[in-house]
This record gives sequence, C-alpha cells and structure tokens, in this order.
Amino acid sequence: MGQITLQGVQKAFGPVHIIKGADLDIADGSFVVFVGPSGCGKTTLLRLIAGLEDVTDGRILIDGKNVVAVPPAKRGLSMVFQSYALYPHMSVRGNIGFGLKMAGLAKDEINSKVEAAAATLNLTPYLDRKPRELSGGQRQRVAIGRAIVREPKAFLFDEPLSNLDAALRVQMRLEVTRLQKQLGTTAIYVTHDQVEAMTMADKIVVLNGGKIEQYGSPLELYERPNNLFVAGFIGSPKMNFVTGEQAAQQGAVTIGVRPEHLKIERGGAGGWSGTISVAEHLGSDTFLYVDAGPLGMLTVRYIGELSLSAGDRVSLTPEPNRVHRFDGSGNAIRA
Amino acid sequence: MATQQTQTLARSLLTPAVALLFIWMIVPLALTLYFSTLHYSLLDPGSESFVGLENFRYFLTDPAFLASLQNTLVLVGSVLALTILLGIPLALLLDQPVVGRNIVRLMVIAPFFVMPTVSALVWKNLLMHPVSGLFAWLTKLFGLTPIDWFNDVPMFAIILIVAWQWLPFATLILLTALQSLDEEQKEAAEMDGASGLSTFIYITLPHLARPITVVILIETIFLLTVFAEIFVTTGGGPGLQTTNIAFLIYSQALIQFDVGSASAGGLVAVVIANIVAFFLVRIVGRNLEA
Repeated sequence: MGQITLQGVQKAFGPVHIIKGADLDIADGSFVVFVGPSGCGKTTLLRLIAGLEDVTDGRILIDGKNVVAVPPAKRGLSMVFQSYALYPHMSVRGNIGFGLKMAGLAKDEINSKVEAAAATLNLTPYLDRKPRELSGGQRQRVAIGRAIVREPKAFLFDEPLSNLDAALRVQMRLEVTRLQKQLGTTAIYVTHDQVEAMTMADKIVVLNGGKIEQYGSPLELYERPNNLFVAGFIGSPKMNFVTGEQAAQQGAVTIGVRPEHLKIERGGAGGWSGTISVAEHLGSDTFLYVDAGPLGMLTVRYIGELSLSAGDRVSLTPEPNRVHRFDGSGNAIRA
Repeated sequence: MATQQTQTLARSLLTPAVALLFIWMIVPLALTLYFSTLHYSLLDPGSESFVGLENFRYFLTDPAFLASLQNTLVLVGSVLALTILLGIPLALLLDQPVVGRNIVRLMVIAPFFVMPTVSALVWKNLLMHPVSGLFAWLTKLFGLTPIDWFNDVPMFAIILIVAWQWLPFATLILLTALQSLDEEQKEAAEMDGASGLSTFIYITLPHLARPITVVILIETIFLLTVFAEIFVTTGGGPGLQTTNIAFLIYSQALIQFDVGSASAGGLVAVVIANIVAFFLVRIVGRNLEA
C-alpha cells in the first residue's frame, strides 16, 4: 500500500515561502509527476514527503497515518537522487544492500534480495564493481536498485534522468515506467521536462511559485488546462496566445490555440493571415513560425511534410472546438 | 607537451631549476658522506683522518642509539594517533553550523602558526611548570600534588606539546574533506535508515580514508625530525628518556663535538626515514590511488 495525502502542506525557509499550501491525493500504485519551472518548489515538496525537510504547517498522510514527525527511514519510502548519491567506496552489491543491512537483515537474505533486484535491472554482471567503474546509465540503475530492494510504499524520484544524454534518457524513461507498472508501487517523480511528465505520468501535478496549478491526467491537462500557466507549460511546441480584439470576439481576454490545432492554408484568404518567418522540416512534422502581424508570432505544427518556406503568405484557421478561452486573471472560461 | 620541439623547450627551461635543486641537495649530502668516514672532532682540530666505517659502528652500537630510535617511533606513533583520533571529532564539530564558526575555526587552527620553540616555552613555563604552571595550580586546587611533567613523565609531556601543535593541521585537512562530502550521500544514507553512528562508520569514515592518509604521511615526515620542543624543555633527558634520533645527532655534533659520528648518525637517520616511508606508503599509500 502506498497512498499519500497532503493536507495544507506549507514550507518556509525563514521569511521565504516555498510551498504555499499544497493539497494532494495520490492513489496507491499511481505514477505521479511533479512538473514546473525551476524554483517552483517541486523538489522541496518531494523532500517534504521524504522527510528530508520538516513541514512548516500541514499534514502528510501515508496510508492514512500522519508522518510529519516520523524520520525519513521510518516512512517506508525510498528515493532516487539527482546525483544518484551512490556510496563511492562500496560495490554495487554494497550500495543496493545498504538499506537492508541497516534494517538488520541476515546476510543471505540481503544477498538474495540484492541479486533479485540486480537481475530486474540487468546489473548482475556489475555487482562487484565500484560506482566509478560504471557508465551513467548503469549508475542510474544502481540508484533505482537501491530504491526497489527495500520494497517501499512509494518511490520518490528527484529529476533522476537529468544527467543522462538524450538517447539514454528516452530509454531510461521507458524502463522506469515499465518497472513501476510491473511492481505496482506508488511513484512520485519530479522533473522540469514536460515531455517526461506527459509520457510517464498517470497524473501530473503542475507547480508554479509554490502553488499547485492543476492536478490531473496528462490528457486532461492538455485538453482542459485550468489556467494560462498550465496551458503554456504543457504541450510542445508551446500554445499560441492571442489577446485583444480576436479574443474579445470569443468573450475572453486571452485565447489559446495549440500549434497542432491551427489549420494552415497557402495564400492570404480567410482566418488569420501572416508570413512564414521560419520553417522547420522534420519529415514527420513541419513546424512553421508565422508572423501574423498584430496577433504576434504564431507557431503551427503540421503532421507530415508541408512544402512551404520562409516568406510564403499563409492563412491560419483555429479548429473552433479546440480554442481555449481565459479571463483577465488567467483562469480558463469553460462553456 | 606533444611535439619534439616543446619537449626540448620544456627540458631546457626546467634545467636551471633542477640543477639548482640538485646542487642544493647533493653538496650537503656529499659532505655528510665524506665527514662520516673521518675522525673529525671539533675538540681536536687538525687531526682529521680517514677511519672508514668506524663512525657508523660507533653510532650504531651506542646504547643511546637504540633508545633514541625507540623514542622516535613512540613519539611519531603517539602524536599521529592523538592528532587523528582527536582531529576527526574536532573536524566533525567544526563542520556543524554554529554562530561564529569562522572565529572558532581560526582559534582552533592558531596553534599551527606558533613556532615550535615558542610553544614549547609556553608549555614549559606557563602550563607544565611544577611550581608556577597552570596545571600545577589546577592540581593544587583539588588538593593534589602537582606533577613535575618533565621529570615524572617527560616523554608524555613532549608528546602532548607536539600533538597540540599538529592537531590543527589534522583537523584542517579532515575538515576540508568533510566539507567535500556530498550532501545527497548523507541524505541517501538517512533514507536507507542509517543512524548517525552508522552514517559516520559507513559513509563519513571511508570518505576520510584518503585525507587521513595524507595527514599520516605529511605528519610523519615532520615528526621524525622533532627537535625544538625537546631542546627547549627536557634537553633529551632525564637520561635518554626524551632523546630522539634528531636530538641524538645534535648532541653528537654540538655537545660531544664529534662531527664524524654525527654525520654517520645523520646518514643513519636518512636510511631510517626511508624505511619508515617505505612501510607507510605500502600500508596507507594505496588509499591515494584514485
């Protein structure tokens, strides 16, 4: 079991309020990603749950029990750190088994559990190596092995993939997701990368300035963002925002259209017109940056190849039911 | 330094420095070698004559030699043990965030900047003096008989003084090492359920292995040649109780005015230092390999 509930959790370092009251319900077995720009408090929130920081106010419940006063080791959680934080003088075996050794398990039991964890992570040939003799991806797996071997109620990941190169990151992303599904253990994962968030999460928590902006499944966030921040943060390329007369016509202060929901046509007739300033041809997609005069720069994503180039006049038509409307304070207007 | 040209250039630029160092070291060594084969007494000038290895036989069979060798090892070993065993907890304390930490650190490091002669005098006259010393006053406060440090426990007194001088050095090296210990590693150990003591044993101490090695190697080099503290306080006595090799050589040359056997003693000391260094590097040196 690993159900985690936050009730009015606050954290302040001196006069600086990092977490301004977080309420959250994380279901057992779900994969929840905290995402947000740097300095939004996502890592702090994770560390509060881990117990590495004390909460200033509020309650953290794990399986219904308030753990605010419980030391980290007793909360039954395990953490994968951004730097991996492997013990440099211990072998892989020692690293993975350290938590079990501290828990006072018998040597045979530790060995069999460590070997089982190593087998899951394809680390068996490296068990007697030191961390410095491993590649980045292998170190990452050792850090994960250290987390799974203790059979925790939940895994806490603190930007674990940020030190890997792009190709390895995609591969490890898949492995982590698969492992979590296989074990069925609750996981909380912190990242600043919204692609990681969208691909891995069952549910995403979007944080900004110490506040939870929205909590929902990836597609919920994509299709029905609560406010301008979430709309702009989730989705790549970023959502286009248009203010002024065009927005007022739709009864909003700002309207947002995702690049993939703009229909593009050659020539200047109909919808919004503009000139292509940059065209990126990826084969599978075409990204077009259109200078739409008073509307500003608009990004268009076309699935497949579109033979347009810089300087071409185009017209853009937003798909009518895919336009997001926001009021003056940035909150979504729902019809 | 890849091409032939840069190698030649590098060598020619290095030559003056290397040559100077070489002469600086080889001239005294050669002279010592030469003197060690002479009958050369300052009390009997003009009578220098070649005696072969007679000076070495005299120095090595001198009962004072074995006694002073033992004293040297006791002194080095005890000071090393004291500075490391006290340096680790001290470094751990100084690593804690406290008010005025910088001033506390400065105070702790201060003894290292006091020259050996001065610190020996302070210890001798202000602290350990059996009549007017601070320790005597303290013991009398409790109604006990003051210890006459340099007569009752001379070696222990010397060890205390030297350890006091070298403790800051050990503390400083260990403190900087502690500060380079990754915070996330300690947190990982905390998440793994390690207590404070377990974290110290399994995380901190292995991390300190290398700086401890450095402290042992550097301190040994200097502790083998402790002289001023002995000269100022006990003068090697009572008897031979605090005479180490360095002080024995001094007494051969400038108390007995026997330059020949002092030179022989100096060369013996060089050999001993090399033997110690050999074993040290064998025992603790592998910690230095990355």
